[in-house]
Amino acid sequence: MAEWIRRAADSDIWWSFKSSTLTVVAAAATLLIIVLAFLSPLLAPHTPFDPSTLNLSDGLKPPVFVGTDGDWSFPLGTDDQGRDVLSSIMYGTRLSLVVGFASVVVAMVLGIALGLISGYVGGAVDAVIMRIADVQLTFPAILVALLIDGIVRGLISVQRHDEIAIYVIVGAIGLSFWVQYARTVRGSVMVEKNKEYVQAARVIGLSPALIMVRHVLPNVTGPVLVIATLNLGLAIISEATLSFLGVGLPSTQPSLGTLIRLGNEVLQSGDWWITVFPGATLAALVLAVNLLGDWLRDALNPKLR
Amino acid sequence: MLAFILRRLLQSVAVLLAVGLVSFFLFRYVGDPINAMVGQDTSQQERDALREKLGLNDPAPVQFVHFLFNAAQGKFGLSYRTSEPVSRMILERLPATIELSFCATLFVLFFGIPMGVYTGLYPRHWSSRLLQAISLIGVSLPTFLIGILLILFFAVILHWLPSFGRGETVTIGWWTTNFLTVKGLEALILPSITLGLFQLTLIMRLVRSEMLEVMRTDYIKFARARGLTNRAINFGHALKNTLVPVITVAGLQLGALIAFALVTETVFAWPGVGQLFIQSVQFSDIPVMAAYLMLIGLLFVVINLVVDLLYFAVDPRLRGQGGAARVGSH
Repeated sequence: MAEWIRRAADSDIWWSFKSSTLTVVAAAATLLIIVLAFLSPLLAPHTPFDPSTLNLSDGLKPPVFVGTDGDWSFPLGTDDQGRDVLSSIMYGTRLSLVVGFASVVVAMVLGIALGLISGYVGGAVDAVIMRIADVQLTFPAILVALLIDGIVRGLISVQRHDEIAIYVIVGAIGLSFWVQYARTVRGSVMVEKNKEYVQAARVIGLSPALIMVRHVLPNVTGPVLVIATLNLGLAIISEATLSFLGVGLPSTQPSLGTLIRLGNEVLQSGDWWITVFPGATLAALVLAVNLLGDWLRDALNPKLR
Repeated sequence: MLAFILRRLLQSVAVLLAVGLVSFFLFRYVGDPINAMVGQDTSQQERDALREKLGLNDPAPVQFVHFLFNAAQGKFGLSYRTSEPVSRMILERLPATIELSFCATLFVLFFGIPMGVYTGLYPRHWSSRLLQAISLIGVSLPTFLIGILLILFFAVILHWLPSFGRGETVTIGWWTTNFLTVKGLEALILPSITLGLFQLTLIMRLVRSEMLEVMRTDYIKFARARGLTNRAINFGHALKNTLVPVITVAGLQLGALIAFALVTETVFAWPGVGQLFIQSVQFSDIPVMAAYLMLIGLLFVVINLVVDLLYFAVDPRLRGQGGAARVGSH
């Protein structure tokens, strides 16, 4: 363990990370948001989605630092139902992060699998997979996700949809992002599969599946990791957009996007804090993740050293 | 060149057929068209008769060809939600979306290109660095959040501009326009900025990096040696040579603008096609979804084709060769 830490501290990546102040700040911000979000059941001052703890007379309190109506038990104010905005944000961020991570994993697994098959098998299989990718690339990802959500809604009942909304949205976003992974992996596989070590593995009689997973896959992890980090920000934005449009997570389990939509409905009356604080959290999270992704892309690219 | 155009046309037709197939499967197999047409007390015999009459018992390929012929004539059936013809619903809302996307494009080009040229010519000036930093934040803010913040400042707090709807419109034939009334023009401002902001930062960064590259080339040095004015060098020589990738990206982004209009339209309650699509997803109104998909597919294919052909107009070097190399990233 100590040996591993010493080697990590000595590596190029760690050095490049330390020397970029902006990246360190972004990493710290990301970590802080993640920790606060996942510890929300312990840290949040209220449980905003337990109706028995809500009191309508607490409704629409402004944040404590604005005017004199604020209440210290609701530091960022409350919404029209009397829910604490700070607690809602903490629980909402957790959901946004879970959906973001899960949909990136779905896209990654699907993209890597199809890319490996496409690159290794080649021929008609490759042609079919890549043409599907071409057609899907014609459309923006958000449109593909909306379409998948719409199809699922057509197939199952409304109540059932609300129950499984989180899986539907993870699947929809995941399916809308797989193309980039598939193309990258396929490109690397076509290069790698003609090298001697793959031929050697084939000669000792390993199965194609084993060769792909054990020998070819480790050589494509770098670019895949970069795409995954850059996609995480996009996936979080996609989830927020879908939830804002009212086709994502329902208001019984609100993510940041749902919170912004609910706040937007009462924005005309000037109660800005219900919208602005979840919005600022979302922007900070995405900005920090994007900065990390940009840094990782440059750090793993040997041409830029 | 002719071979290139033909090949591109064939590819476009193939993409359209694929989109048509997806639309057809949606239309035919997700949700039952018969259920949407008849009441609950219709007997099984009547349903079967209707099924036979509509050709729903034909082999799937025959139905697909029928579907394509109908789509080509703009016949997409009735909406499950309102029972209106889908084509009429889309046609009523199309002008709103097209005018919004048009204004957003104007905004992007009129601000994005000059900002890109400026930050490319003076990359180390503090104002360029400021523009760069703002553009990074602009990319990280989701479209709907920008719209909400604009509404909060300019509509709710300052009361300068309207926050929803198209304001006053004038009807010319079947086209309703915002351009002829002051209220209509005011209503366009905030949605256009919201819709265009992401593309603005994209175009700005693209023009900037292209300008940085071009300004290092020999022909720019030579133009300076000839004693040309800065204006002639910057715009006549440098900007002109950055245009090929800019046209590609701007063209492809025009399609993205129209597709992303659905988010902006929802924020500003703008009665366009995108809002119609969101409503159809919420109610799983399959005929409207299928029609919107076909429409957007056609739009993207046409835009891709026009962008490819524009290369020849902009870059004379390509006319001699067999085909245009794909420039810029997708």
